Amino acid sequence: MRHEVPFLTLLILIPAIAAAVLGLLGLDRRMHRELTYALALLASLATLGFAIAVLVVMKVSDGGFQLVSDHDYTGTALGVHWYLGVDGISIFLVLLTAVLFPLAIILGRNRENARVYFAWMLLLEASVLGSFLSLDLIVFFFMFELTLVPSYFIIAGWGHQRRAYAAIKFFLYTFLGSAFLLVGILALAFIHQSQFGYLTFSLGPLMQTHLTGTQGVLLFLAFTAAFAVKAPLFPLHTWSPDAYTEAPEEGSVVLSGVLAKIGTYGIIRFDLSLFPQATRTLAPILLTLAVIGIVYGAIVACAQRDLKRLVTYSSLAQIGFIALGTIALSTQGLAGGVLLMLNHGLIVGALFILIGFIYQRRGTWQTGEMRGLQKAAPVMAGVFTVVMMASIGVPGLNGFVSEFLVLSGTFITHRWWAVVAVLGVIVAAIYLLWAYQQVFHGPPREADEKTRDLGLLERAVMAPLIILIVFLGVYPKPVLDRINPSVNQLIAHVESTTGHSQPPVAVKGVEGVK
Amino acid sequence: VIATLLATTHTASDTIAVPPIRWLAILPPIILIGGAVVLLGVASLVRRPLRVGLSTVATLVISGGAFGVAIWQWTDVVEHGAHTYIKQAVVMDGFSVFITMLVAMAMFLTALVADGYLRREGVHGAEFHVLAMVSASGAMLMAMANDLIIIFLGLEILSIALYVLTAFNYRRAASGEAALKYFILGGFSSAIFVYGIALTYGATGSTNLTQIADFLSKNVVLSNGLLLAGLALLLAGFAFKVAAVPFHMWTPDVYQGAPSPVTGFMAAVAKAGAFAAMLRVLFSAFGVVSTDWRPIVYGLAVLSLVLGAFVALRQRDVKRMLAYSSINHAGFILLGVVAGTFRGVSAALYYLLAYMLMTIGSFAIVTVLGRAGDSDHDLSRYRGLARRQPVLALAFAVLLLAQAGAPFTTGLWAKVQVVFAAIDVGAVPLGAIAMVTAVVAAYFYLRVAVLMYSGGGLGEPEGGTTGSGALSLPSDMTAGGLIGLAQPAALEAATAQDWGSPAAASSAVTTINQQILLADEQESAPSEPEPVDVPVLSSIAIGLCTGATVLFGFWPEPLINFANHATLLFLPK
Repeated sequence: MRHEVPFLTLLILIPAIAAAVLGLLGLDRRMHRELTYALALLASLATLGFAIAVLVVMKVSDGGFQLVSDHDYTGTALGVHWYLGVDGISIFLVLLTAVLFPLAIILGRNRENARVYFAWMLLLEASVLGSFLSLDLIVFFFMFELTLVPSYFIIAGWGHQRRAYAAIKFFLYTFLGSAFLLVGILALAFIHQSQFGYLTFSLGPLMQTHLTGTQGVLLFLAFTAAFAVKAPLFPLHTWSPDAYTEAPEEGSVVLSGVLAKIGTYGIIRFDLSLFPQATRTLAPILLTLAVIGIVYGAIVACAQRDLKRLVTYSSLAQIGFIALGTIALSTQGLAGGVLLMLNHGLIVGALFILIGFIYQRRGTWQTGEMRGLQKAAPVMAGVFTVVMMASIGVPGLNGFVSEFLVLSGTFITHRWWAVVAVLGVIVAAIYLLWAYQQVFHGPPREADEKTRDLGLLERAVMAPLIILIVFLGVYPKPVLDRINPSVNQLIAHVESTTGHSQPPVAVKGVEGVK
Repeated sequence: VIATLLATTHTASDTIAVPPIRWLAILPPIILIGGAVVLLGVASLVRRPLRVGLSTVATLVISGGAFGVAIWQWTDVVEHGAHTYIKQAVVMDGFSVFITMLVAMAMFLTALVADGYLRREGVHGAEFHVLAMVSASGAMLMAMANDLIIIFLGLEILSIALYVLTAFNYRRAASGEAALKYFILGGFSSAIFVYGIALTYGATGSTNLTQIADFLSKNVVLSNGLLLAGLALLLAGFAFKVAAVPFHMWTPDVYQGAPSPVTGFMAAVAKAGAFAAMLRVLFSAFGVVSTDWRPIVYGLAVLSLVLGAFVALRQRDVKRMLAYSSINHAGFILLGVVAGTFRGVSAALYYLLAYMLMTIGSFAIVTVLGRAGDSDHDLSRYRGLARRQPVLALAFAVLLLAQAGAPFTTGLWAKVQVVFAAIDVGAVPLGAIAMVTAVVAAYFYLRVAVLMYSGGGLGEPEGGTTGSGALSLPSDMTAGGLIGLAQPAALEAATAQDWGSPAAASSAVTTINQQILLADEQESAPSEPEPVDVPVLSSIAIGLCTGATVLFGFWPEPLINFANHATLLFLPK
């Protein structure tokens, strides 16, 4: 399946090279400002173009990896391959990344020291895309680790008041998680080598490894430690309120919108493929943690008077939903989880961008300090309403589709967890509406009346997100058509390995019940 | 050297029969020693002290020559295979050639770095270069030795020159103190090592590694107390040289006290030589009794990893911090030794090479930033470096991140390989411990990076676009950040809606975090240091080290294959 154009390698290389150019050339004079901005924007748009090209080139009904490129990377001694591929699960995360980064670069236009800022941003984009595309575990690990360095410097360099503390906390938590991931990867490769006689880190061959129950569980825990911190899943989330709040606004957009998805993506791609049995064994514990995360995130979000922290905790709840659908091991649940990754990325990205707009105008995120913004900034209020409704899960917007799939998929296999998780949906409506009321309703004070509405550029930034949010809510079929083959294939792999099938209703619908 | 060889290998024979000598096998150290002697002779014949530039050029040529000969050796080994020469006293195999090349490169880079240092400190004459070359030849000798006596010879040549180099800058009291400490402890360790040789000789009847292996494979030693004692003493001697805990006591003081270029040289070359000899002794001679030494090395590795990483957290002096980090690195390399497999040796070789580049590069930067007197090494002096000297700060950040194990640098490939080697023999817990200490270590490397990229002096304008540097933090870092960090409790209270109190462990980490950051913050420099001039040769050395670290991080195949190939040609297997 080799293609003439190495799309996937280019997807990673374009932003990486642009980052290197921006980082190493000393374009620091004032006249160079526009040039650096143009270069960064161009690179991110070119990446978006390639991502769309990948979507077009991909076959819709093929559930396997497509556009595969596989090259020897370290020689036979270590057996690492530059092995990239894309399937229905990863393609939309790639697109999400490619959409959010140009927006982040547009928004970061006036940052101090923009050249370096853009360089870090583009390096971050390259590493995130690399994480979603690499099918060699060592290359994945390298990309996974590489995301840390630029995000660390973005938080520490351009963040708010307590950025140094938040950046270090973020770095150490994630790095500690990935330490176990590396040991897990190497141990798995070793077990595979002892069984098959050759050394490889490629996902496909490693999926054939026979693991005893204990081995599987230990390896699963080592992998999941890294992913759960990154996602973040309860109770390993404690770095995220600090990091998301202290990061610059565009940093929060990509951190929560895209980087967090590497964690949940890792669970789907690696945990489910490599350790299906262990996933089954530990499912009750993980589902419980996911549900606790949903409820806890929602309740804590209710108590926030700070918009950024509120969105952070709502994000924790949403990640809980993704994990719930994933671990439920049913077709609907997993498809819903994958779709929710995309939807949540769009919604939380839009929310953080809007909060950034509010912060630019008012210099605060405290809900108590704003009132009646609706009057002075009707467009902003309207956009906020749409995004908020999508986050709550109102039918017709994208959040509903994925949450519904997740909950129904979970209900089929793990009924009571789904029942409790529904609480999270209700509470989400409460905290988001409260926050909205406080900020946008009521009689405006003097400062509120002077708040500017969204400018033309700001509307242009929000437009693609709003369009996608509505489109995916009304007509999710094109996306689900591409997600489903891969999801079916993965679920089939899990079922054949564990010897345990989901109830027939999940596959045949009502027919299965009769 | 040859006289000693003869004396050691033919003590028993009445008539001295000169063994056939394969000159190529011992040419690199001969070049270094010969070059050093000639340089010393020239320096003593001319009336004034030799110019620094002249000795630098001579050293570059000589070490380049040694490197060239090593390439010749390599082709010979590839063509004719690995052999022992001179009555099995030395061996020329891929392994020895690898270390020889490494040491020659280290010498070359050190000469580049030292040039600027010697000019700055106003030290003339060729002594520095002579001593360094002699020391390097000792390390080469250790790598090629196939006899415990030759190893001891190499060890002493390496060490005695290093003792003098440590005290080289006689204007600094710290250097003298460090040298004395190094000398006394080093003398002890040498004595222990020699005693180990004696006991081993007593137990096996030979000092030759091949013959020891032969003896051990043919005989079952029923009461092996003597052998084990000898082995333990040998290990202690090696552990001292590679700075493994609990034989590390000298390291921080000596690394701190020695002139900075010497520290880089010492870290790279002494480790390379000692690890090479250690690997050869353990595998060639004592491979049969690996169950006896493996637990000891395992213990050394764990202690070095943990202590090196955790104690480094508390250091305020960059050189001391790098000293503890070198202890941590030694622990990582010991992982390859513990594995005791082909993969382990190959991984250790790769790690030594990667570490050589990273550490010489780091100490080159430390040398440059040390300013006249070589004493400006406090962490606070690195604050805002990125603004004053963006390129230097970037290079240092890259080297530190590489040491921490950042992806796409040789640092992480090295760590991946040694950890895999350990896991390969089932030492999964050791691998996990190593990676966790890498996280701790990442913290102190990052601390320096943060300081370099944080704001400079007080009162700088916020949002100034004129800053030439890379990342720059506006001044609320120093003001607001200070208040914020000084009152963590108050701030927590302010954001008290965060219901979930983090787990105990995380809050402990947080507390340490805040204390250390607070210390960094309070240490705000009273005056903005002037930018330092970076000598051309030093910048070449820094560029070479940083470039190689990144280049071979992105393109790992050549170096990994090289280390692998060198190990394939390891003799005896």
